[in-house]
Amino acid sequence: MPTRLSLRLVCRLLLVAVLAFALPAGAETIRFAYVGLDKDARYDERRLQYRNLAQPFGAPFAGAEVALREARFVGQALGVAFALERATAADAAAMVGRIEALHAEGVRYFLLDAPGGMVAEVARATRGKPLVLFNVSAPDDALRQEACQPHLLHTLPNHAMQADALVQYVVSKKWRTVLLLEGPLADDKLIAAAFENSARRFGLRVVAKREFVLSNDPRLRDQGNVALLTAGPDYDVVFVADSDGEFARGVPYRSVRPRPVVGAEGLVAAAWHWSWDRHGAPQLSNRVERQAKRKMADVDWAAWIAVKAVVEAVLRTENASFDDLLAYLTGEEIIIDGFKGNRLSFRPWDKQLRQPMLLATHNAVIERAPLQGFLHQTNNLDTIGFDRRDSRCSFDGATR
Amino acid sequence: MTLKRLCTGLAIALALALGSGATLARGTGHIFVSSENDNAVTVLDGKTHAVIKVIPTGERPRDMKLTPDRSELFVIASNDERIDVIDLAKLEVVRSFEVGDDPEMFDFSKDGTRVYVSNEDDAMVSVIDVASGELVTTIEVGEEPEGILVSPDGRFLYVTSEVANMVHVIDTATHEIVANVVVGNRPRRFAATPDGAEVWVTNELGGTVTILDGRTHEVKGTVAFEPRGFRAEEVTPVGITMTRDGKTAYVTLGRANHFAVVDVASRAVRDFVLVGSRAWGAALNGDESLLFIANGLSDDVSIVDTRTNRVLRSVPVGRVPHTVVIDD
Repeated sequence: MPTRLSLRLVCRLLLVAVLAFALPAGAETIRFAYVGLDKDARYDERRLQYRNLAQPFGAPFAGAEVALREARFVGQALGVAFALERATAADAAAMVGRIEALHAEGVRYFLLDAPGGMVAEVARATRGKPLVLFNVSAPDDALRQEACQPHLLHTLPNHAMQADALVQYVVSKKWRTVLLLEGPLADDKLIAAAFENSARRFGLRVVAKREFVLSNDPRLRDQGNVALLTAGPDYDVVFVADSDGEFARGVPYRSVRPRPVVGAEGLVAAAWHWSWDRHGAPQLSNRVERQAKRKMADVDWAAWIAVKAVVEAVLRTENASFDDLLAYLTGEEIIIDGFKGNRLSFRPWDKQLRQPMLLATHNAVIERAPLQGFLHQTNNLDTIGFDRRDSRCSFDGATR
Repeated sequence: MTLKRLCTGLAIALALALGSGATLARGTGHIFVSSENDNAVTVLDGKTHAVIKVIPTGERPRDMKLTPDRSELFVIASNDERIDVIDLAKLEVVRSFEVGDDPEMFDFSKDGTRVYVSNEDDAMVSVIDVASGELVTTIEVGEEPEGILVSPDGRFLYVTSEVANMVHVIDTATHEIVANVVVGNRPRRFAATPDGAEVWVTNELGGTVTILDGRTHEVKGTVAFEPRGFRAEEVTPVGITMTRDGKTAYVTLGRANHFAVVDVASRAVRDFVLVGSRAWGAALNGDESLLFIANGLSDDVSIVDTRTNRVLRSVPVGRVPHTVVIDD
C-alpha cells in the first residue's frame, strides 16, 4: 500500500512536470500534453500479469517522452523548444476540462489515452477548437467511422486493421476455414465483428462461431471448456476474440484439433512488437525500455509516433502557423517514419494513420502486413483497414 | 602458442613501423564481403569470383574499410561492439579493439590515426585512437546515427541521424557540432566529390539524395529517383559511391532492387539497373571497371560492368551481405 501511495504522489508531481530542453530564452515552445485517466483498468498491473499478446505493458507516456527527446536536434536547428506534460482526470468530462485549461495555456497537441467511449465524448466536446487530439490507445472502429471528428487523429491501428492484417496472413497460408470463439465483453463483440467482416472481404470461411465464458460451472461447460468449444466440424485455424485475455491464453494446446490459434493469442496483429528488428526498431525499443523500465508495445508506439508526426510537420513547414502545419500533418505530402519500413501518413477520409502491421507471436515477428500480393490502386497500406470506399466518416455536418 | 603470438605481434609492429610507404600486401585482388548473420567476412577471388575463404569475425559484421596504407581491413562487429582487424596477407583477424555500444559504420581520420564510429543505440560518435585502441572522446548526435564520412580535407566529419532527419557537421579539430543540416527522411550514407565541394547523402524513406555544400554546410540540391514501374515508397536509397574523378555516383535503391547511375555535375539520373533483393552496399574496384552491389535479402553480390551498366553475374555470399571492399 505505501508503495502505491508514493506512486500516486509521483504521478501528481509529474502532472506539473514539464519536460523541456535548454534553448535560447524567448524561443517558441511547442507544447504537447498527454491526457490519461487517474485510474485506467487497461494498465492495471495485476491484470497485466496475464496480458494477452495484444495488450499493453503499461501506460504509453514513455513513448511520448522518447519522441520528445528525439526532437532535440530538430528544435536546435529551428530555434524552437518542444515540451511535454502529463495530466490525468477522473472521467471524460474532467478530461475535457483539463484539455480546455491546457489549451488556454497554449497547448495545441494532445495525446488522448482513454477507452473508445471516452475518446468519442472528449472529441465531441472539443470539436471546433484549434487543437489536435491523437487517439493513442482506443482501437474501436466506430471512432474512425460514425464517431469520427476532424481534429481526432488515430495513431493506433483499429480493429479492422488488425483483422485485415491477420486475415491476409491466414489467406496467404491457404488456410481457408476458421473457428471463431467470441467472448462476452462488448469489446470482444467488436473484435469478432471486425474479424467476420474481414473474413468476408478476403474469402475466409467462418465454419462456426461460438461464445465462450470464463467459468468452471459444469452447467456452462459447453462454453467454458476449450476442448468442447473446439470440437465439431473441421477448420484450419482458431480465432479468439478476447479483449480481456484470460480465456485466450488457455486456448493454445487445449484445442481438440491440432490447429494454430490467432487473434488474442498465438499470432496477433500489432502496431509494434519488441522483437521487431528491422528499420532501426531495436534501438527504438531499447530507448522506450530504458525510459519505461519495461518492454515496448502498441500504445507506446502510437504515443511516440504522434509526437514524431508533429515534429516532422514542424520541421518541414519550418514551424508554420497552426492551420498550415495541420494541413501538412494530415496531407498526402508528409513522410512519417514509423520504423516499419514504409512512409506513413494519415488517411484523409478518417484521419487514421496508415501503417504496416506486425504479425507477432510472444517473441518473434512472423510477417509484416500488407502481405506481398495484396495490392491497392494507390497505396498498398490501404488494403488493411478502412479504405475510402469503406468509410462512413463525414467530417462536415452532423456526426451522430 | 605464446611464441606464435609473439611473432604475430612482431609482424604487426614491423608492418606499423614500415608505415604506408612499404606495405606488405598490396593488391591481392581479393573481394571482401561482410555477412551480418554469418558472423564472418567472405573472401572472393578477384578474377574467378569464387569463394576462397570465410574469415570468422565478431558478431554481426557490418561496415568495412581498408586502412589508409591498405595493409589491413577494419571490420565493425556490431554485436561485439568492436572493430576486428583483418590482416590482408594472412586473411585472418589479428587483433580487435572496442568501439562503443552498437557500432554500425566508421571512417578514418585523414592521417589514419583515428577512427570515427557511429554508435546507433547511444546516439553518439566515438573517436578512437587506432594505435592504442583507446577512446579519445564521444560526441552526442541525434538518435540512430549511421552514415559517417570524413571530408576529403579531413576538417569535417559528417554523420547522419536517421531519426532526427539530419546531417551533423562536426569539426574534427574541436569535436564540436558546427552545423545541423535538415535533409530528407531517414538519411543513411554519404559520398563526397574529391574536392569536398559536394557531399551527397541518401535518404532512405524520402527516396532521394540530398546534396550538401561542403563549404557552407547548406543544402544545394536534391536528386529524385523514379525507376519505371515502382511507386515512390518502394524506392529506398541507402548505399552510395562515387568515381574518383567525382563525375559519376552510384546509388542503391533498396526495396526497388535497382541501383541508379547519376551524373554528378548535372545531377541527372542516367540509368537504372536491376540487381538483387534490397540492394544496399556499393563499391567500385581499383580501375572502376566493376561495381559490386551487396543484396541484403538475396544473400548475393551483383557484379556490374560500369562501361555498359550490365550485371555480369551474381555471386552467392554469406547471409545478409552488408559491405563490399576490394583490395586491388
